[in-house]
Order: sequence, then structure tokens, then C-alpha cells
Amino acid sequence: MTTASSADHPTRRDFLFVATGAAAAVGGAAALWPFISQMNPDASTIAAGAPIEVDLSPVAEGQDIKVFWRGKPIYISHRTKKQIDEARAVNVASLPDPQTDEARVKSGHEQWLVVIGICTHLGCIPIAHEGNYDGFFCPCHGSQYDSSGRIRQGPAPANLAVPPYQFVSDTKIQIG
Amino acid sequence: MSGPSDYQPSNPALQWIERRLPILGLMHSSFVVYPTPRNLNYWWTFGAILSFMLGMQILTGVILAMHYTPHADLAFKSVELIVRDVNYGWLLRNMHACGASMFFFAVYVHMLRGLYYGSYKEPREVLWILGVIIYLLMMATGFMGYVLPWGQMSFWGATVITNLFSAIPYVGESIVTLLWGGYSVGNPTLNRFFSLHYLLPFLIAGVVVLHVWALHVAGQNNPDGVEPKTEKDTVPFTPHATIKDMFGVSCFLLLYAWFIFYMPNYLGDADNYIPANPGVTPPHIVPEWYYLPFYAILRSIPNKLAGVIAMFSAIIILCFLPWLDSARTRSSKYRPLAKQFFWIFVAVCILLGYLGAQPPEGIYVVAGRVLTVCYFAYFLIVLPLLSRIETPRPVPNSISEAILAKGSKAVASVAVALVAAGALFLGSLGDARASEGSDKPPGNKWSFSGPFGKFDRGALQRGLKVYKEVCANCHGLSYVAFRNLGEPGGPGYSVAQVAAFASDYKIKDGPNDAGDMFERPGRAADYFPSPFPNEQAARAANGGAAPPDLSLITKARSYGRGFPWFIFDFFTQYQEQGPDYVAAVLQGFEEKVPEGVTIPEGSYFNRYFPGHAIKMPKPLSDGQVTYDDGSPTTVAQYSKDVTTFLMWTAEPHMEARKRLGFQVFVFLIIFALLMYFTKKKVWADSH
Ligand code: FES
Repeated sequence: MTTASSADHPTRRDFLFVATGAAAAVGGAAALWPFISQMNPDASTIAAGAPIEVDLSPVAEGQDIKVFWRGKPIYISHRTKKQIDEARAVNVASLPDPQTDEARVKSGHEQWLVVIGICTHLGCIPIAHEGNYDGFFCPCHGSQYDSSGRIRQGPAPANLAVPPYQFVSDTKIQIG
Repeated sequence: MSGPSDYQPSNPALQWIERRLPILGLMHSSFVVYPTPRNLNYWWTFGAILSFMLGMQILTGVILAMHYTPHADLAFKSVELIVRDVNYGWLLRNMHACGASMFFFAVYVHMLRGLYYGSYKEPREVLWILGVIIYLLMMATGFMGYVLPWGQMSFWGATVITNLFSAIPYVGESIVTLLWGGYSVGNPTLNRFFSLHYLLPFLIAGVVVLHVWALHVAGQNNPDGVEPKTEKDTVPFTPHATIKDMFGVSCFLLLYAWFIFYMPNYLGDADNYIPANPGVTPPHIVPEWYYLPFYAILRSIPNKLAGVIAMFSAIIILCFLPWLDSARTRSSKYRPLAKQFFWIFVAVCILLGYLGAQPPEGIYVVAGRVLTVCYFAYFLIVLPLLSRIETPRPVPNSISEAILAKGSKAVASVAVALVAAGALFLGSLGDARASEGSDKPPGNKWSFSGPFGKFDRGALQRGLKVYKEVCANCHGLSYVAFRNLGEPGGPGYSVAQVAAFASDYKIKDGPNDAGDMFERPGRAADYFPSPFPNEQAARAANGGAAPPDLSLITKARSYGRGFPWFIFDFFTQYQEQGPDYVAAVLQGFEEKVPEGVTIPEGSYFNRYFPGHAIKMPKPLSDGQVTYDDGSPTTVAQYSKDVTTFLMWTAEPHMEARKRLGFQVFVFLIIFALLMYFTKKKVWADSH
């Protein structure tokens, strides 16, 4: 029996066990990574999420169009003077998610409202030009957004999000 | 799993569970205190390796199914996109595809071990039969999995194997239609194969549970084939067997990783990189290496029905082994004659595997028949006879006695391991085709060869230029997106350069709001367009033969290397048959057809093309494409550059694969060493 000899070096043996266990743990954790990472969007999906350009010239005043970017509906509204005025007349402090209309549009292009058309409550698509505030109405649980896409009434906690976009020219925007 | 457990957890929560569902006690008695014969050698580790591989195949398979599309039109492309676009998709696919080979390799070792040490004998008959059932399920699963990528071999393999059932008298044809779900192998076939390929592994796992259960009731056999008698004959499963198995698995991982990272296509068939084509059969249909011996038996019998029966009998006969061999001594260690015949049998199986990969002609047919007779004779004549006439050597009284008498047998085991590994390499003989009347292309030096190989960026950029100016007139690159040109491991273009390159192309898009198709400039996310709107147009413009898509051409074209080169290839990671072939064909055109050779009207003579008659005219001539970097503008240089580029289009992540492979190897070697020393410490007190 060699019990005596292995009891002589308890520290050396412990070190070996700990090192082996640690290597197994590190290896196992590293091996897990590819299995998790594969769930993320793949390269073609990411590439398909590149910016898109939208021509605004055919959109008449009072009209709005819906385009898709990264699988999400984007509402582009050509607002009337009345809608802009309504949006700007509101006392910002009284809003559930206070934000000025100026902060939600590009200066010099006040007539264009560009928002992601996804209700901030649970993800339904609000209907444009409906509801009490000349803006959007979500049929799911009755959230009402104003003509600036800000939440005014109902369960949604936040304003409709503004996607990243910029004006390439007066009649063309690039979303993304 | 042997009797009620005396396991009593100290934690009250665990006690609460244990009283209601004694699963912890079951685990404890099965995998912790379970008495293991102390003389088990490393051949017994393959049970653990197999459990590991089953888990690995299920895990990677479930993940691949998240990305795979089981549709005849989309399956091939979805597999290619898994490899190219999914994060670590190339790794997961290699793990699964090479995993199948590793699984079969391990199961063969496991079965031969059972055969040698008599593990099928009383009281382990049911255990053995359950094993044969697992093996049959594995064969069905492996076959259906091979069909899923929907390449040429997949499609024609499916056709050939399902047609086996047409041999059944009277109802054969109807059964085949039933299996296909159509008039030929098609989309319904693919769908059901996918469904079953996903289902069967769980059945395997179920039978494995029964297999392990039966094992734990009967107790493990051991190299001396005597049952444990006293406590001194056994050690507790944990930590002894656990740590030994973990060391075995970590060594096995080295072999597995070698295939995953350095030889991923070594055991596959090049033809499976050609999308399934119901109109053309590959010159030779060969199954994967692990079915080759049975394939050889099938082909040896000149009658269709008899061949099919022989092939299935070759497996089913294993079920009767416990009764065919009635010798009282279990282990061949103490049976001098049985030992010799066992090794003859192993040689017969390996040779049958070799013959399965050869074309069924000449000497191969005769040899196949002789060996088929030998295969069955081993079970039906040799074993029953031996159990009557052989006088075995006396077996030791107990395991501990055997250990004390033990000499050094390690050398023999290592030799056997090498032979077993050799059997695996024989699989690559699947590439050895009948001579097709062409010269072997000369081997080239490629920048991407070897464990640290990287693509030569300059060659990639020049190759892209040659492709764009010459090849793109007829060939597409449908699995390559413009964005790939800017990705790491590729030609190294910037995002702006990629965008500019893409915008040179006109891409068909639509329909727009008016319902019309329109053309727009290419974007980074677009794929390289094909020069022809569809296959019919491509055929019409090229004298009837559609030019193949080049994305995978270097993987789809290779030539047989034959013995002994394939062994050399395995160790040197030489995987360049494809690029060598493509570069050679590009340079193999000759104006004058040599004496005595006739080629059909409208084709051209090429030294390296199989059959020498190629429809493609000489595409490259000196000075045709201008290079800005001062490289020579010769056909040789063009061929090398464009082949390098095509090699990259076939596997855009090759550099990532080799880099990660190196890191994994360093880790695995360190880990296996640590495991070895830990195992030694754990076992130190037991000898
Ligand atoms: S999702 Fe819009 S109100 Fe609930």
C-alpha cells in the first residue's frame, strides 16, 4: 500500500486536484460559448439590418406611410400645421414621459415625424390617425399617442421610439 | 440499480425529495458506490466515450436544427449558410458531422471489445442484444442524417438505400413508394428523414438507459472474464472509474478535435458539396466509411434479394452471438485459438471496409465474396466449433489474483489501438475511385495549408479580379455575399471598398409597390449574382451544360490519393486535393489532342480533367487580366490566384477554424496531462 507516501504530500495532491478541476471548469465554460453565441443574429441578418433610404416626395401633407426596417414598422407622418401646433401646445411637464416635440423631430423638418410603430406597452402596432390626440391609437389595450407619438393615455409607459435617421436631402431620409 | 439504496442525504431538502422520488439514491448506487472490477483496462472507457458522444450529437444536433431548413430547394443552401453566417456555425456543423464518425469509431471499438472479452455471455445476453439494437438505431440515424444536407451523395445514397427495400418480393415497390412519400426521393422524403433523424437519437438514449440498467444488474465484465467475488476485486465507481473515464474522454477529445479543426472533410465525400441533382448520378456511390463493410457484403451477392438479406443478416447475427459461442471461458485472453480467430475476424472486417470503397469490378468482386464467406463463417462455424474443441488456459480464481499475476500487456494494447485507428483512416479510401483516365494533378504549395495556414491577401484580391473579369461570365458564386469581402480572414477590403465593389453590380429586386421587378445597384448584404437568370438560360448559352456554381468547387472536386498517401494526409492535414485539382484543370488545356485520343465534337482536351474531354474552352491566357501589384500575368499565376480565391469562397472561416483549433489543442493537451496525473493519484491507493 502506498497510502503513507501519498499522505506525505497532501498539498501537492490538493494542488493537482484543484488545478484539474479548474481546468475542467474553464474548458467547460469556454466550450459553452459557441453554443450560446449561435443564438445571436447571424451575419446575413445583421447585414440585412443596414440603413435604408426612403423617398418622401410622394407623401402628401396629412398622409403617413409605413416602411419596414430591421423587421419593425416605421411610421413616417407628414404632419399638418394643426398637428404640429397641437403637439407643441402641450405642457410637457404634464406628460407621462415628458419630451418636447422639438426633441422628437429634426429641426427644419418639423412636418416629418418618424417613429417606430411599436406600442411601448406590449409590442402591438398602433393605428395612425386614430384616438383622441390626433396621433396613434393602440387597439390592444387602448394606449393613445399624440401627434408627436408621445403617450398620453392608457397603459403604455413611454413615447413611441424615434429610430436613428437623418435627412440625406430635403425629400429623402436614411433610416438606420 | 442493484437493490434498495442505503443512501441517506444529510440535507433536509434532499431527504424530502429522496423519500418521494429516490432518484438521488439511484444515481448514488449506480454511479458512485457501484462496485467496478478493478482490473478494467482502457478498452472499457469507450462506454463513457459513447455516452459523451451521444450527448454531443444530441446537443449539436438540436442546435443545428435551429438553423437548418428541411426543404428540397433550401436544405443545401441552409447548411452552407450555417457554416458561413451563423455564429460558430462552422464549428457546430463540424462537431456534428465529425461527431458521427467518432461515434461509430467508438462503437466499433466497444463492440470488438465485447467480442474479445466475451461480454455477451451469460448473464449479459440481454445487455448485448440491447447493444445491437442501439447499433441498428445508430445506423438508421446516421444514414438519415447524411441525407439532410441534400448534396449529390445524400440524394443518391437515399435513393440507393431506400431501393434496397424493393428487393422484397411482391410488395417491394409499394414499400419503396411508401418510404419516399412520392414517385422518387424528393421533398417528402427529406421532411420525414429530418423528423426521424431528430427522433431516433432520443430512442437511442432510451435504449442506452436500458443498456446501462442491464449492465448494472449483471455487473461489468472484465478483461479476465471472472466475476468479482470479494470486496478486494472491486473499487467504487466514483472516483476510480469516473476519473479514469474522464481521462479516456479527454484523450479521445484530442482525436475528435483533430478532425473538427484540421480535417473536417477528411471522412466525407467530395460529391456531397454538389447540390442534389436528380438528373445525374455520381460516378461511384459510396456510403460513409462506417457502413462500408456491410456495403461490401451487399455487393458481393449477385442476387438483389439475397444481397439485401445478407447485409441485414450480417448485423442481426450479432444478436445470436451468446448462443453461437457456448464456450465457458469468457475472455479470449485465456482462449489461445479464439484469440487468433478474433484478430482474423477484425482483419476481415477491415478488408471488407476497404472493398466497400472500391469499384465493384475484377479482383475486388472475388475478394468481396471470399471475405463475406469468412465473415459469416466466423459466427456460424468458427465460434460454435471452437467452443467444443478448444482447451482454454486456466482462468484465475479471482480478479485480485489476476492483478497480482499481471504482466505488462500495455504494449499489445497500444498496438491494437493503432490498428483500430488505422481502420478509421481506411474510411478515407472512399475517395479512391476507379481510374477515370486522367493524370493526377501535381501537388501545389498553398498559403492556407497546414495548422497555421492563412490566406495570402494579395492572392485573394488578384483571384477576385480574375473571377470578376473571366470566370464570372459563365459561373456564379451564389453562397458568397459582397460583405464577405470585408470580413476578417478574407481579401481584407474596407467597408467602403466593399460598398463600392457591390454598387458596380446590378441586382434584380422587387416587386415594388407597383408590382414590378426592378434593378438596383448592389449592396453589401447582396450575394454575388449569377450571370444567367436561371439554369435553363445557363444551359442554352453553354451548349447544354450548365456551368457549376464556383462557391464550393474546390470542395466538390478532388481526386483519390490512395494508399499510403491518405495516412500521410491525415497526419499532415493535407487537404489540398480540391485546389490542386482546380488549379491543374485550369492549366491542363492542350491545343493538340495527343495521338490515340479522341474527344467528342465541341469539347476540348484537358490533361487533368477526368476523361480528358471538357466542355469549357481554355478560359485563361497570358496577359489577359492586368495586375496592379506587379505579379506575373501568366496562366499559372492566374490559376493559383483564382484557386486560392475559390478556396476562400468555399470556406470563408478557415483561418478562424485553424486559429481556434490551435488554442483548443494547447488546452486539451494540458488538460489530458492533468487528468492523467489526477487519475494516477486516485488509483495509487488501489494497487
Ligand atoms: S400593446 Fe398597445 S396598449 Fe397594450
